[in-house]
Amino acid sequence: MTAPDSGATPASPAAWEPKVLAFCCNYCAYAAADLAGARRMQYPPNVRLLHVPCTGKVELEHILEAFEKGIDGVLVAGCLEGGCHFLEGNLRAKRRVQRVREILDEIGVGGQRLLMVNLSAAMAPTFVERVREIVETVRKLGPNPLTTVKPEGAKSE
Amino acid sequence: MIVASPKSVTEVKEIIAAHRKVLFVGCGTCVTVCLAGGEREVGIMAYAVRMARKLEGRPIEIEQVTIERQCENEFIKDLAEAVDRNEAILSFGCGAGVQAIAERFPKKPVYAALNTQFLGILEEQGVWTEKCQACGDCMLADFGGICPVTRCAKQLLNGPCGGSTPEHCEIDNDMPCAWQLIFKRLKEIGQEDRLKKIRPPKDWRGSSHGGTRKIVRNDHRI
Repeated sequence: MTAPDSGATPASPAAWEPKVLAFCCNYCAYAAADLAGARRMQYPPNVRLLHVPCTGKVELEHILEAFEKGIDGVLVAGCLEGGCHFLEGNLRAKRRVQRVREILDEIGVGGQRLLMVNLSAAMAPTFVERVREIVETVRKLGPNPLTTVKPEGAKSE
Repeated sequence: MIVASPKSVTEVKEIIAAHRKVLFVGCGTCVTVCLAGGEREVGIMAYAVRMARKLEGRPIEIEQVTIERQCENEFIKDLAEAVDRNEAILSFGCGAGVQAIAERFPKKPVYAALNTQFLGILEEQGVWTEKCQACGDCMLADFGGICPVTRCAKQLLNGPCGGSTPEHCEIDNDMPCAWQLIFKRLKEIGQEDRLKKIRPPKDWRGSSHGGTRKIVRNDHRI
């Protein structure tokens, strides 16, 4: 799987807009996003949806690769706890997300850039609300620090 | 199997701080099974170290390869070309694997990415427990298949001690008393009589107390 290339060289800070990748479970979040669209509900265009069969399919490497490629934030959207189509995929995803947050904190990217949410296919308003939440969180945090790091040898101002 | 646990990203980053091009070598045997040093774990650590180094303004190039067994030259020799391309090697094998690679490539720095912990088994997904200390003189036949050398905190051969509760070890309430387990097991298999035998102090020379061990089997030598 390849994360969308957000472009490692961001535009000027004033023009910067957060780019968020949302791993959306087929049985809930993806359907909720579809419902939000059908209802003409507005949510920030900063989010790219990535359709997955279950959040249990989302591995640590997938999230880490997205951040390495320069994404500013990641949302993992799975079914309500107890409601996973595959019984416990979302519970596994929850533990993996927690582990990735720890890694992101440890290396300095920041675990707050990663959020997991649980919702059902009927919860389009919740999906919209959560997307807004992660986009606003990331907007406050600023760009992924990996995209703003100065090249080696560059003099600091 | 040999059970190991990964070092933290921070520690690994410090260990290889002086290098700009490093070969991460996973091992496909024990440490893959205990989810510490297989292909996936190598990949995850590589992501983390690459990002951390980039943020420090000192990017690192990481090449990843996982071989079937790091403790055998037959598999290690295939690394030669990759080793030549890199400044240093970070081994995700157990202590034996790290040293085997270091012996094979004496001119390259070889570092360990894992903490080798013990000989143990998978108790449940994500949980491993120690079962053997490789003491070199197995006494399991006398103890119903439960090792007091490993599983009794005091390594008593004539237990239990006075501190055990009926079920648990006095040093940790979550740890079962090995002697309680031995007694139950021997009773179940009708061998309680084995407990009447007083065992003399164990000869520890066959363990690491006698220096590094070596086994030579002439019948298998070529």
